[in-house]
Amino acid sequence: MRSLIDILDFSVEEIHALINTACDIIDNPKKYSEKCRGKKLATLFFEPSTRTRLSFESAMYELGGNVIGFSEANSSSAAKGESVSDTAKTISCYADIIAMRHPKEGAPLVAAKAASIPVINAGDGGHNHPTQTLADLLTIHREKGRFNNLTIGLCGDLKFGRTVHSLINALSRYKGIKFVLISPDELKLPSYVKHDVLDKNGIEYCENPSLEDAIGDLDILYMTRVQRERFFNEEDYLRLKDSYILEPSKLKNAKGDLSIMHPLPRVNEISVAIDDDPRACYFKQVLNGKYIRMALILKLLEEAEK
Amino acid sequence: MNIDSIQNGYVIDHISAGRGMRLYELLGLDSADCSVAIIKNVTSRKLGKKDIIKIDADIPLNLEIIGYVDPGITVNIIKDGKLIEKRGIEMPETLTNVIKCKNPRCITTTEQEIKHIFKLTDREKRVYRCIYCETKASR
Repeated sequence: MRSLIDILDFSVEEIHALINTACDIIDNPKKYSEKCRGKKLATLFFEPSTRTRLSFESAMYELGGNVIGFSEANSSSAAKGESVSDTAKTISCYADIIAMRHPKEGAPLVAAKAASIPVINAGDGGHNHPTQTLADLLTIHREKGRFNNLTIGLCGDLKFGRTVHSLINALSRYKGIKFVLISPDELKLPSYVKHDVLDKNGIEYCENPSLEDAIGDLDILYMTRVQRERFFNEEDYLRLKDSYILEPSKLKNAKGDLSIMHPLPRVNEISVAIDDDPRACYFKQVLNGKYIRMALILKLLEEAEK
Repeated sequence: MNIDSIQNGYVIDHISAGRGMRLYELLGLDSADCSVAIIKNVTSRKLGKKDIIKIDADIPLNLEIIGYVDPGITVNIIKDGKLIEKRGIEMPETLTNVIKCKNPRCITTTEQEIKHIFKLTDREKRVYRCIYCETKASR
């Protein structure tokens, strides 16, 4: 059974096909409004989320399907001690496809091994978040029209930021990519990502310049939030949370066609004064997230029927 | 020091010095009821120093574990007091329930029934990673 657990589960060609489907959905929404009639998506969210869960749910509704599920572990059998495998087997009897978020890394893979229906990883702790990456890729496609020859600044929490790791994995399959890694020392990109992904694929990168120094070179600036929930120690969180804040003055030397992205939610790392700047793309990313999830649900349900 | 020769069993040779005890534990030889000898820091032309394990019984051996601990190991199979096969060991592609993931954020730490599976991700550096959270196995 085909699932999406890690962005690398899909080939470059498959991702391009998904992007094409998403663009077609954007242009011809009516064509897709009945595609999932009679199908059910189960959203199993063991960790709170607004964007991702509602994005999946609205994606399924716009395809004409239905949604069942829960939005926190306390309202599921997990509170009674049920295993992820048993939950996945049970839900397989009710639904046609699962979207799962779980605070433990690898939980969606455990679910995919047990389920008899496709499982989509909607975020597993600080590990992977492949549908956010698909939303990011659709946004890059629509804003830039290419995936090659891009300089991408990644700013903020590069250590626990799962969206950053998945995006690096996805973009490292293209040519002419350069990453500029901007983070405090404590939140630097883990060395295994540098070694196993960047070095192995011969991807150029530089580390820890100031945001102001780097911004003039960037085609894309990908901001991230320092996530309170990833810290075991509140003191460390408070010390690091305001490390990088993007304000209009910092965009002085930025390119006119820079795309400012953020997986959201933001706290204060992007000033609201930037929201009206035409270079701000983060709310477009949210919308793109819904369309790419529609394309993904369609693909996985089609493959499950084969 | 006198260690009797083996009639039926194994001589696990060319273990990098210091790894013999780790291999003994991972192979579960502490609970075997046959004669087992660990010989440490034997002079070796090839390695300088090496460890050797002798097992005097034809018990099942998990070659995956041996390949994980040290792919340079040779397993000599002895029958009726004679060497019948010298087996070189390859690094296994996956390890199932040999080592445990130590990442506290990994699903394997809370769900006891899950098999601990590691995949070989870098043959040159002998790196194994947990298939669930991608944490590197510590040796």
